[in-house]
This record gives sequence, structure tokens and C-alpha cells, in this order.
Amino acid sequence: MAEFLIKNGFVFDPILGIKGDVADIAIKDGKIVETSAVTKPKIIDAAGKTVMAGGVDIHAHVAGPKVNIGRNFRPEDKLFNCTPGHGIERMQGGFSVPTTIRTGYNYARMGYTTVMEAAMPPLYARHTHEEMRDTPILDQGAYPVFGNNWFVLEYLKNHEIENTAAYIAWLLRATKGYAVKVVNPGGTEAWAWGLNCDNVHDPVPYFDITPAQIIKGLIEANEYLGLPHSMHMHANNLGNPGNYTTTLDSFKLSEGIKPNSKFGRDQVMHHTHVQFHSYGGDSWANVESKAKEIMGYVNSHDNITIDMGQVTLDETTTMTADGPFEHHLTELNHLKWANADVELETGSGVVPYIYSPNIKVCAIQWCIGLELALLAKDPMRVFMTTDHPNAGPFIRYPRIMKWLMSQEAREQQIDAFKYKDKVIDATNLAGIDRELDLYEIAQMTRAGPAKSLGLAHMYGGLAPGLEADVAVFDFNPNESYVPDDIENAFSNARHLFKAGVQIISDHEIVSNGNKRTLWVNARVNENPQVMRDVKEKFLRYYTVTLNNYEVSGHYLPNPYVIEVDATQ
Amino acid sequence: METVTLTIKNQPGLFLEADSITPDAFAGKKAEEIVDLPVYVGRDEHRLGDFFEVSGRAGATPAETKIVVNGDLSRVKYIGMKMTGGEVVANGNADMYVGAWMQGGKITVNGNVDAFAGTGMKGGEILINGNAGNYLGAAYRGDWRGMAGGKIIVKGNAGSDLGTFMNGGEIIVGGDVDVHVATHAEGGKIVIKGNAKRRLGGQMVEGEIYVFGDIELMMPGFAYRKDVDIEVDGTKGLFALYEGDLGERHRKRKGQMIYGKLYQRIRA
Ligand SMILES: [Zn+2]
Repeated sequence: MAEFLIKNGFVFDPILGIKGDVADIAIKDGKIVETSAVTKPKIIDAAGKTVMAGGVDIHAHVAGPKVNIGRNFRPEDKLFNCTPGHGIERMQGGFSVPTTIRTGYNYARMGYTTVMEAAMPPLYARHTHEEMRDTPILDQGAYPVFGNNWFVLEYLKNHEIENTAAYIAWLLRATKGYAVKVVNPGGTEAWAWGLNCDNVHDPVPYFDITPAQIIKGLIEANEYLGLPHSMHMHANNLGNPGNYTTTLDSFKLSEGIKPNSKFGRDQVMHHTHVQFHSYGGDSWANVESKAKEIMGYVNSHDNITIDMGQVTLDETTTMTADGPFEHHLTELNHLKWANADVELETGSGVVPYIYSPNIKVCAIQWCIGLELALLAKDPMRVFMTTDHPNAGPFIRYPRIMKWLMSQEAREQQIDAFKYKDKVIDATNLAGIDRELDLYEIAQMTRAGPAKSLGLAHMYGGLAPGLEADVAVFDFNPNESYVPDDIENAFSNARHLFKAGVQIISDHEIVSNGNKRTLWVNARVNENPQVMRDVKEKFLRYYTVTLNNYEVSGHYLPNPYVIEVDATQ
Repeated sequence: METVTLTIKNQPGLFLEADSITPDAFAGKKAEEIVDLPVYVGRDEHRLGDFFEVSGRAGATPAETKIVVNGDLSRVKYIGMKMTGGEVVANGNADMYVGAWMQGGKITVNGNVDAFAGTGMKGGEILINGNAGNYLGAAYRGDWRGMAGGKIIVKGNAGSDLGTFMNGGEIIVGGDVDVHVATHAEGGKIVIKGNAKRRLGGQMVEGEIYVFGDIELMMPGFAYRKDVDIEVDGTKGLFALYEGDLGERHRKRKGQMIYGKLYQRIRA
């Protein structure tokens, strides 16, 4: 494979501890190497430019059935933005729910090289893998959802951690999944009865188990297995005024549980899109930011990582396995609604949404997301996301960087809000003068999420031995700039390398890369009871047989298996 | 006002996507520049001059530009799309999307138009001297933001699904219409001087429909209120007023509940 030497760039890398010093980065055989290890490298002149590791997105909805429902029922999302094939680039379309091809290219343009699909319904894992397979360049993995799964509800009702763990291991293998995702634990199952679970003690109908039992049990089962990532959580009561107490109650369920993982993570719970879970007040009229309370907890408990779920003030498409929430949303905005029930496993809903700067609540949501990041004491545990496309499309990450790095940019946006004074009263943001630097941004977008995923041995940094995922941006941190320069530079990488292959050269996409699909093969002791339960449930309830369920080889033409030994 | 005349000389093998036939694209250009404007057949890009003889010259601005298109245009899509001013006269039948997303100016078609004429229209006027196809003045597929302003006049008949998600503006059909009129409408005015079939005002929450002739079947969500004496597009008469769609949510304005209004003329 070709050798490259990226010379004289301003390097920002939390793994090497380089904070903008000029350094050279060498690439050989797909990995970062010492500069002395390359013999005849192709020289990439990065003088006056910013060099970072490839970005790692810990939570985005980019592949699978609910993304495709979004595409199917929103043809207007593709209106006037389709582009024909050009050079090696294929035809692309879509804004908030782009085609798989555009998804891969647009992440690459932002310098991102690893993207995790945040919610895979196990029954539709094949569809999810087909879409990931068709997403070029990026390494990807998908999180199967467990929080409303009948097996899990039945095992955890009796606190059967070993059986839950054996089932998780089986399902990760069957679906080629990466991590344990929990969405509105118990609430989506309750939705099948037309109900919901509003707090961690609100019992699930029929199963007679509480969200708290599901959450704690899944954390314990995750640590029993020692999976690379922790349990990945979307708590109950998302998007409702006053929900921050539910969020804190959910956080507390992780207390006293120690991480058991050989993959270098320190957390036992990752809580996603926390912006949607940080609301005070008791109605939309008096909703207010509780980001201080939330971050007070996060900052003082190092067994938790979170991501933002930043509202970007765009027209977008919301989609989640939290079926009852999407019904609530369509009742609020009267726009079209799709709902699905996934047999024994989960459900989902999809609704378009317009986050308007002229609506007070949207502006408050915008402030809360930024507050979470700006109040973070440890940027290695607070990550940039938009819960794409729920709070906004991922292509806005460079705009979020601008807001996080520039108080001037935030003030411009606050001044543009129709209900500016009410928004300032309900939030903390106007009083925060912190401006993140590129090192902290690299922690929130690269090193931090890679560590939380248990992938610090591959991604998130520029140390020799790591994957050669490297981005070069037209940004000189030592020259004066206006806030928009940040957004422009980080939207359009000058060069990008993925596993040592040059993907972008002088802003042009020159390769579709060698995308890999990551999954976790956790080996456990033989568990005849769980295997009997699986067989029985397929016979009695599933509409497909076991033979038509498992995701087999050709769905993952380029798999990357992470082995975990949990036998005892 | 300067005039550009286009005469079709080669029919496309498939369909010609010609959203460049607008006063906005032509403004400030001479004939020899206009022939180089891009048009598409399938995925292939061509020149406008590959399909049309072009003569005359455009005005300095769209408002000062008139375009006359001659010949059989039944395989030409998007004539006058997104235009903001000036005038287009099509002497022949035209294909889909005539005047789609139009914002200003005037289009006259001396013939029939296929589906989606005036899709997402915001302003200006479209006069169709023949018949119109389906989805006249409707929203783009999937969108809930339909026709917002402007006026469409059809001398002949119109197809199904006219004024879907209409928010404003006016559609006047001289003849009959097919099923689905003003579905999901939140405003605007539709006048049907001939007969209508079924499903008028389904899920309509605001706006007006006037029918001079028969309605084959009234939606169950519409209730008779009273007879009213009114003048509609120059015709005075007694109309029966129905309100609906009662199955939908309805806004209040000044304490009054707002409904979609359907007026049917009562024959003397
Ligand atoms: Zn999500």
C-alpha cells in the first residue's frame, strides 16, 4: 500500500497530547507509523492547515428500516438537491434523510471516518446491513435495540443476568450487532397497549417489570460480557418538560457498577442525545434548561459518557424506536406520521419536524445542547452529535463547532431568535463565555467517542499503530478568522485518509474506500435454556423462522469482528 | 418587452426536461446564447438548440422577456418552472410541470397540459386554454406546503387531485374535474364551473370550493349550513354552503371555529 507523509500541519490530537503544534504524520500499510518508518512516501503539504484523526460518530440514524421510511415518506426531502454522478462520485440526493451514498460522502467531507448506526431493530438487521454495505468509505457498526425485547423483559423480571447476557451474545452474533442499545426502556412495549412508561418506576403492562430493572439489568449484563461499548441509553420521558429528573434517576442506576472491559472504556452507561432529556418546567409555556443540573451529575460521575443531540434549527425528519414519543410529536405539529411495531422486539415512529428560530421551545432546545458541551469538565466524556436526523442533519457538525468555539457566533444566533429575552431567561447559555479549542473539539469528536466505544485501539487519534484515518482541513488556527471560517473549513476537508487510502484529495472524492462493518462476537458458556427459549419464541410468535433471521456473510462483505471471551 | 421565439424541430426520444425555458434563464441573452442553455433527456445533458430553433432576443430582465414556444410540446416538461416575471406563451400541448413553483409573470398554454401544472405555485398566472391533467396546483409529492398564491385558469376540464394541500391563491376550472379536490387544504379558493365527482375537501381545514354543477358524492365530513346569495367569478347565484371536513382539527380565529367551505350552486 502507498505511503504518505502529511507534513507541517497544525496537529490536534488528544492521544498524542499535541495541541496545535506543527508535526508530521506518517501512513504505511493502512496504519499510522513513526515518521522514520516510511521510505518513499507521497508528501502531503499540510503547512498552515489543521490535521486531526478521522471523526467518530457515536450515535446517528443512517441505515435501516426507519431511515428508509423517512426517505420513502419524504420525497420532498430530495426536492432540488439531487446531484448527478460526477467522476467517481455516484448520484446522490436528500437533506435530512440522504441516500446511503450521500451519507458516506458527506461524512467524509467533514473528515469523519467511523459512524455508528444507533438503533437496529434485530428483525430488520438484514436491511440495516444492506444499507451500511451501500454506504461508502465509512467503518460502521449498528446497535441492536434491547430495551423492549420480550426475552430481556422476561429474564430481567427475575434478575437473570447470566441468561440476559447469553441472549445478548446470541443476538449480537445473529444480527452482527455492535452494542446494547436501550430506547425508552419498557415504554415502547407499553405503547403496544397504547401506554408509555413515564419514569423509571412506571411498570410495563403484562410484563410487570419497571424501566429501572431493565436499565440496571442491561448494564449488569453488558459488564458480565465485558463488551467493547457500555450499555447505550435513551431514557424514558424524552422530550417532555420536567423530564430531567427522569434522566438523573436513570443516570443513578449506573452507580456502584464498575466497568469490566478490556477495551479501555471507563463508563458503564452512555446516555445519548441528552439535550432532549434536560428540560425543567411542567409545560411548554415554562420549559427551561436543566443542563446545569444534568452536567453537575455527569461532571462528578466518571462512569457515564453522554452525547449532545444538538438542535441545528433546520427542517428535519425525526425517527426513533420510541414509538409513543413520535405519536406525541405528530399530535403537536400535525405533520405526517409513520409508526411500526417490530413483533417481539421494538417499535418505531417517524415524523418531519421544523426547528424554527421563531419558536421559543426550539431556541431553548438549541441553547440546552450547547450548554451541555460548554459545561463539560471533561470533553473526553461529552460528544458532539445531533442524534442525526432527529435534532438536525449531521452535515451541521461544523456549524456546531462554530457555535462551541465562538461566543460571537452564539450571540449572533441568540440575537436572531424571535423570543430572545424569553429564551435567555429560560437558559444559561447567554452567561457562558467559554470557547472550546480544537483540542477539545478533537476530544469530543474523535478520541472521546472512540474510547467510549471501546475502539481507542483503532480510532480517534494519530498515535503509531492506530488506523490511518486522517483529515486535513483548510484552517490555520494561528491566523485571525471569523466564525464562519470554522464552519466552512470543517465542512470541506482538503484531504482525507481512511485506513491509509486517500479518499479526498484537494476537496475531490477520489476513492470509495474499503468500508468495513464492525460487529462483536461475544463467546459465553453454553446456555441450553436461552437457546430453548429462542427456538420456542420463533416457533410460537415470530413471523419468520430462525433460518431467515440471522445476518449471514454476504450482508457484510468486509466484516471486522471484535472477539470477546465471556466464557467462565 | 423583447420576444424570443422557440420552435421545436426535433422531438426527444424520451422526454425533454426543459426547466431552462423561462424568462429568468433567458433574460439578458441573445438567441445564440439561449441555444446553449442546458436541457436533459434522461441522464444526458443536451443544448436547448438541439431541439428548438431559436430566434429573437430576450429583454434585460425576466419582466421584460416574452417567450413564444411553438409546435408539439407534449414531450417537453417544466416550461416556465420557477419563473419570477415576464411571459411565456406555449402554442401546443405541453407535458408535466408547466409553471411549477412559479412566483410571478404569466404563462398561456394554447392547448392541453399534463399533470403537475402549477405545483407549489407562489404567484403569477397560468392560463390554460385546453384541459389540465392531474395534480393541478397541488403540492409536490410528500410536501404539506402546496400552492400558496397566484391564479390558475383552465378553460377546459381538470384531472384528479387539484389543489392538494392548497394554502392560498385561486384555481378556476371552466369544465369538469375528477376526484380529490383541495385535499388537506388550509386556504385558497377553487372554482369548478362544471361538474365534480367525489372526495371534495377531504381533510380540508380551511379554504373555499365552489361548484356550479353536480357533485356525484359529498364527503361525509361536510355538513350543510345555509343557503347564501353570492357572486363567484362574475356569476351571481344562490349557493348551498357546507362546512368541513368535520373529522379534522380546526383552528379558531377571533373565537370563531374556522372550517373549509364548500359552496354548491342551487339551480333555479
Ligand atoms: Zn437516536
